[in-house]
Amino acid sequence: MANKRIDEPTGVPTVGHEWDGIEELDTPLPRWWLWTFYLTIVFAIGYVIAYPAWPMIDKATEGVLGWSSRGQLAEEMSAAEQARATMRERLARVPIERLEEDSELMQQAVAGGAAAFRVNCVQCHGSGAGGNQELGYPNLNDDDWLWGGDLKAIHYTLTHGIRQPGDDETRTSQMPSFAGAFDSSQLDDLVDHVLSLSGKADASNAGAQLFADNCAACHGSKGTGNREIGAPDLSDAIWLRGNSRDAIKHQILEPRMGMMPKWEGRLNPVTIKMLAAYVHSLGGGEDFLEVAADPEVKVDDQP
Amino acid sequence: MTSPDDPSGDRRDWSVIVESGVAKTNRPVSSAVAGREAATRRHEPHEPARENLPQKLYEPRRQVHNKRVDGPFRRFKWLMMLVTLSIYYVTPWLRWDRGPYAPDQAVLVDLANRRFYMFGMEIWPHEFYFVAGLLIMAGIGLFLITSAVGRAWCGYACPQTVWTDLFQHVDRFIDGDRNARMRLDAAPWTWGKVARRGIKWTIYLIIGFWTGGAWIMYFADAPTLVHDFWRGEAAPVAYITVAVLTMTTVVLGGFMREQVCIYMCPWPRIQTAMLDEKSLLVTYKDWRGEPRGSVKKAQKNPGQFGDCIDCQQCVQVCPTGIDIREGPQVGCITCALCIDACDRVMKDIGRPRGLIDYATLEDCEREAAGGEPKSPWRTLFRPRTIAYFMIWGGIGGALLFALGVRSHTQLTVAPDRNPPFMLLSDGSIRNSYTLKLRNMESRPRDMEIAIEGVPDAAMWTDTIAYRDAAAVQTVTVPADLVRQVRAYVAAPAGTVPQTLTFRVTSLDQQRETDAVETRFDAPETE
Repeated sequence: MANKRIDEPTGVPTVGHEWDGIEELDTPLPRWWLWTFYLTIVFAIGYVIAYPAWPMIDKATEGVLGWSSRGQLAEEMSAAEQARATMRERLARVPIERLEEDSELMQQAVAGGAAAFRVNCVQCHGSGAGGNQELGYPNLNDDDWLWGGDLKAIHYTLTHGIRQPGDDETRTSQMPSFAGAFDSSQLDDLVDHVLSLSGKADASNAGAQLFADNCAACHGSKGTGNREIGAPDLSDAIWLRGNSRDAIKHQILEPRMGMMPKWEGRLNPVTIKMLAAYVHSLGGGEDFLEVAADPEVKVDDQP
Repeated sequence: MTSPDDPSGDRRDWSVIVESGVAKTNRPVSSAVAGREAATRRHEPHEPARENLPQKLYEPRRQVHNKRVDGPFRRFKWLMMLVTLSIYYVTPWLRWDRGPYAPDQAVLVDLANRRFYMFGMEIWPHEFYFVAGLLIMAGIGLFLITSAVGRAWCGYACPQTVWTDLFQHVDRFIDGDRNARMRLDAAPWTWGKVARRGIKWTIYLIIGFWTGGAWIMYFADAPTLVHDFWRGEAAPVAYITVAVLTMTTVVLGGFMREQVCIYMCPWPRIQTAMLDEKSLLVTYKDWRGEPRGSVKKAQKNPGQFGDCIDCQQCVQVCPTGIDIREGPQVGCITCALCIDACDRVMKDIGRPRGLIDYATLEDCEREAAGGEPKSPWRTLFRPRTIAYFMIWGGIGGALLFALGVRSHTQLTVAPDRNPPFMLLSDGSIRNSYTLKLRNMESRPRDMEIAIEGVPDAAMWTDTIAYRDAAAVQTVTVPADLVRQVRAYVAAPAGTVPQTLTFRVTSLDQQRETDAVETRFDAPETE
């Protein structure tokens, strides 16, 4: 209730409202406050002219400075891109075999690779690079590599892909189908033998003979596989498509073979290098030392 | 009751209306002596009003030209100005040796590296609660000061007060004292006035620039920054900050001055609520001073006049331009210069000092009723101030304790969730973790990472190869940094999911240690 009166000690009128005995003095504003207010109006007019302000039918007025949030983003992105340019240049120059010597560059490559991985690779290999056993996408974290796990081998796989039609240098091999080649008991013996390689079943002579005749050519007499042709190691604990008897039988009778696209031409060479560094860094990456121990293989050769 | 003074000089109607037996007056009641019911009495509207005030929406500013004064409080103000300005300008130049891996500036807010150095202390961003604690201490410190000595912060130590004081001395130095300044303000713009104003405002700008310049010294190595600044090589933010602070210093200290205290600052409002009847205030003892009359009149009519001779000295020396004789008010920053001025006048005319003095409302009431004046020092110690001091000291002690016992080695562990585990070709189970090793010492330290809890587990990292896997690994953490380590832990086939503990120990005399429990995931056994 408006109850205006003059406050005695100060001689200033009250605004006329009371809250539990507390009243407010209607003290006049200082004049400079008014000028500050006018100044904000002037500023607002200037702002409206300089920057996008009034919403129109399809877009807002543009402002004479030509600023836009999209434009600013593009500018900042290009600045960030430029900041990375030196790193990319160095990465483009350094041969993949020597990348590990420059730990700082390697670190940046791994970081860049992690980003590229999330865009290009997670669709099959999963965001944690854990792969998928149902669909036969390999786990990239472990130390089992079908085609080699040093930086150069990974880089080659990324560049040319696996069973990529139209690329002469792609990694390729084919496991033949053994449908109809074995009868049921032979098949059981063979599966037993395959499982026995990693100690999961008892070995039998029949199975060993069947394996030596049909499988050892590619997988090796002890089933340790062959990276030259991407023949998987059957003696370790890692099974690309499962280690149940059914899964192994299925793989013998109707082998499924994965396909990985080549990234050459789709990603720039620097990104491919970064991806190789990232995959190598996941915990199972191999050193060149093992490769270099073989005098026949030079690091410059095609792996 | 009529005014004993010349009626032509006083147009106020001080008539008394008696209503339900209570005398109600329009006479200004100093809240120094107003009883509780006085407020209630004032609440009720009654006619006629003391003055028929016209409704004004805006008030022109009255320029304050405070007169020079000397006295104990003025000297204390000089001392405070010297101390506070010295702290502000000199602190960034103090050096403090922290070894080769840390800056040697005693007080440094290193925003780029997110470290705050203060002499022997170094605060990391995750320890911001120390800063929060300091701010709480500052807040409670203000409560303590306010309840003990009133608005002493406003009067002596507030930057607005200190810089306003500084600028007012510049005014006096260039333009002369109060009367000369008023004359010059009113004078037409001659070349002489232009020159004086030019010199004065240039000095304002220099002070402002120096103030802004000192501010940025807290955020970078001072000597390097000064060098870079004058060569034009400092960061743009340095120049922008100096420009902004130069402007605010000149505008707020040079031109706005008391307007900041009266209209802009929230602190006087908060303090109004915190003052009680035992808080020290600068008070005009109206029971002693009123009615006012010159020395001559008092001699002619002995016993009719109070001690106040209405010489206006208290008004003229006031840096915020108020009349303390109107009672406690928001514009009074309790700088006590009016006490100095009044005491000098009282001394000159041979009356006892302290007509305007520091006093509590309680003391005022007692004194007005004829009681003994008491020393204001006594008011410093009472339950409220002691309680504030205990809280303040308790927080300070707790902060110091926390600072003293904090560990300079810390570990955080983030286990990989995707995939939670994987098999290695020999059948063993591998888990991956991201470790963050925090070294808060200003020197590189070797730290030992040990895994505990999972039998036969071995660990390797992004820099330690698989063939060197072991239960204990040593890594070097750079000085004053967090090192991220990717740790891979492998346990033999058949290991079940269980708790895994990472323990990090610094390999130096301190042997500081930190342990984090996490999970070792494994396939569910059939």
